[in-house]
Amino acid sequence: MKKLLLASTATLLTATAALAEEAKVGVILGFTGPLESITPIMADGAELALSEANASGTFLDGVTLTPVRGDSTCIDAAAATAAAERLVTTDGVVAIMGADCSGVTGAVLSNVAVPNGIPMISPSATSPALSAAEDNGLFFRTAPSDARQGEVLAEILNEKGITDVAVTYTNNDYGKGLADSFEAAFTANGGTVTLSAPHEDGKADYSAEIGALASAGGDVLAVFGYTDQGGKGIIQASIDTGAFDTYVMGDGMYGDQLLADLGADMEGSFGTVPWSEGEGTDIFNKLATDAGINPDSSYTRESYDAAALIALAMMAGGEASSKAVADNVLNVANAPGEPILPGELGKAFEIIANGGEIDYVGATGVELIGPGEAAGSYRHFTVEGSKYETVEFK
Amino acid sequence: MEFLNALVTLANFVLIPGITYGSQLALGALGVTLIYGILRFSNFAHGDTMAFGTMSVILFTWLFQSWGISLGPLPTALLAIPFGIAVTALLVLGTDRVVYRFYRAQKAKPIIFVMVSIGVMFIYNGVTRFILGADEQRFADGERFIIRAREFKEMTGLDEGLTLKTTQGLTVITAVIVVALLFWFLNNTRTGKSMRAYSDNEDLALLSGINPEHVVRVTWLIVSALIVVAGTLYGLDKTYKPFTYFQLLLPIFAAAIVGGLGSPLGAIAGGFVVAFSEVGITYAWKKVLGYVMPESLEPGGLVQLLATDYKFAVSFMILVIVLLFKPTGLFKGKSV
Repeated sequence: MKKLLLASTATLLTATAALAEEAKVGVILGFTGPLESITPIMADGAELALSEANASGTFLDGVTLTPVRGDSTCIDAAAATAAAERLVTTDGVVAIMGADCSGVTGAVLSNVAVPNGIPMISPSATSPALSAAEDNGLFFRTAPSDARQGEVLAEILNEKGITDVAVTYTNNDYGKGLADSFEAAFTANGGTVTLSAPHEDGKADYSAEIGALASAGGDVLAVFGYTDQGGKGIIQASIDTGAFDTYVMGDGMYGDQLLADLGADMEGSFGTVPWSEGEGTDIFNKLATDAGINPDSSYTRESYDAAALIALAMMAGGEASSKAVADNVLNVANAPGEPILPGELGKAFEIIANGGEIDYVGATGVELIGPGEAAGSYRHFTVEGSKYETVEFK
Repeated sequence: MEFLNALVTLANFVLIPGITYGSQLALGALGVTLIYGILRFSNFAHGDTMAFGTMSVILFTWLFQSWGISLGPLPTALLAIPFGIAVTALLVLGTDRVVYRFYRAQKAKPIIFVMVSIGVMFIYNGVTRFILGADEQRFADGERFIIRAREFKEMTGLDEGLTLKTTQGLTVITAVIVVALLFWFLNNTRTGKSMRAYSDNEDLALLSGINPEHVVRVTWLIVSALIVVAGTLYGLDKTYKPFTYFQLLLPIFAAAIVGGLGSPLGAIAGGFVVAFSEVGITYAWKKVLGYVMPESLEPGGLVQLLATDYKFAVSFMILVIVLLFKPTGLFKGKSV
């Protein structure tokens, strides 16, 4: 009898140990909605980092990180909140890689992450408003805030000597944030914004919007929208009426489909997209290509880095828990310490296990500033022969 | 020169888009008005029938494209329209037989028909989404422009450009042909006359030996032709997304009611009234006025009566005003 009791207790112990060896990480991105053409690649990027951590064999004595996907829809805050709620309460995720669009990210943060104490690292929410959000130290992002992108765009226009710009933005947190920061930076440089008008996504016809923008005038039209949605419709309507010839695009407009459909009429247009170059980027490109993932798709790198930071922070905290992630993200992301490139997560785990310090560089040269957001560098691109050509990095 | 520039700007941003949109609405409103006149109910499934019809045209267009058939500078979709009409006619005739005929036999009240048509709307909507999905589809091919802004500027030496899209030209020409055919049919053929008789007075028409089921069948056939043509032209000119066709229901009904429900001529006039109100009220007149007015009077603001976000509100306003002051519409249709 005693033996039996002992045996069952032992089995019970091993069973709980086996259970503890899995930690779930939520991957909340807009798998349906206006960003649906890039989110699957982003999720693949994040899961690449998690499987790399698992494959290293040195992660927290064999804990396995399991990704659980949730659909943020990009635009529907209620649906995103419900998806995040499900991941946290039913699946029991300890950290969230996401969300993608600024509006739903803010909703998930305040409705689910903060009440449950779950840390979030967003790869692509860029609204300046999130910097000031009430987050109890739980919110981080690997994409730079649009406050910076607005400045970079204004600087490029200044260098080109363009002084009059008409602006249209998608009517949500992302579009408004970027348009406002751009307008502030551009007018500070002495430029004039002739009209800053919102547009709604998902309409059949944008000729009325273009009519107003054309009437206000301007040398170029700045479009801060989405490449699969109203942003594309606006450019289409502008081409159809001959209202503008050159377009300035924010990061949401960067997509191959746009140029495949309209590229011939967008010659000379330009814009910015968060980008990075250097050793880390090259290594990531190779890693991703080997895994069958397109590394040049928007925010794939940021997604990999976000997931890698979650794993590294857990390792630094010594346990796969929410608290470990929230407390250690800034430590592992920034100097001092041994620089860690993509594909070196195993090496990083060993350094941490031996009591050393690391500085995660990753695919995008991660450097978290202020309340945990990326300093960020941008690629200034121009459209030539229906292709994106790099001009410089800023 | 100043005046010409103003005229070109006006044509480019108000007149041409207004005429095109008006023609598309007129074709849609003709369908609504025919159903109202002959079957005596407001067909709420109209927008989604349009989405279904356009979907079948798109599928045939893709088939022809895969076979390498094209019309050169014209969109291949024109070739697919007859096939789309055939599929849509089968659908609506089937619906009529299974659903509407049952209620017709019971002499159900018009409001019951309206409710039934809402049910049909949801089913069509689901069918379209099930087959083609809810996403935007591109099916336009051929030459996109007749005149481009840049070419126009070089040609005329004016500061303002004018564009004319192939689809805009096509829309107007097709609309004129279709409307002419319809009026000829209604006025000169035996079936057309019996349809008008049935619309004017059902009992009298039945007494004089008109077969009601035949009239109903022909009506559905004509309506499906009108719907598919209107939907395809709208899709070619703008974009195809099932949901936007549902949204078209409001301006189409506004057009039919403004013109007078049951009056084909009124439907056409109503289409243009609604289209020009929408375009004109949401257009920013700054540029046009800037060219025409003397410098001292040039407007500083945009001179835009209503932000473009409220475009659909214009249809609502027109509807309310017409129903309040002239419930029978411009052309003395039936009151609602």
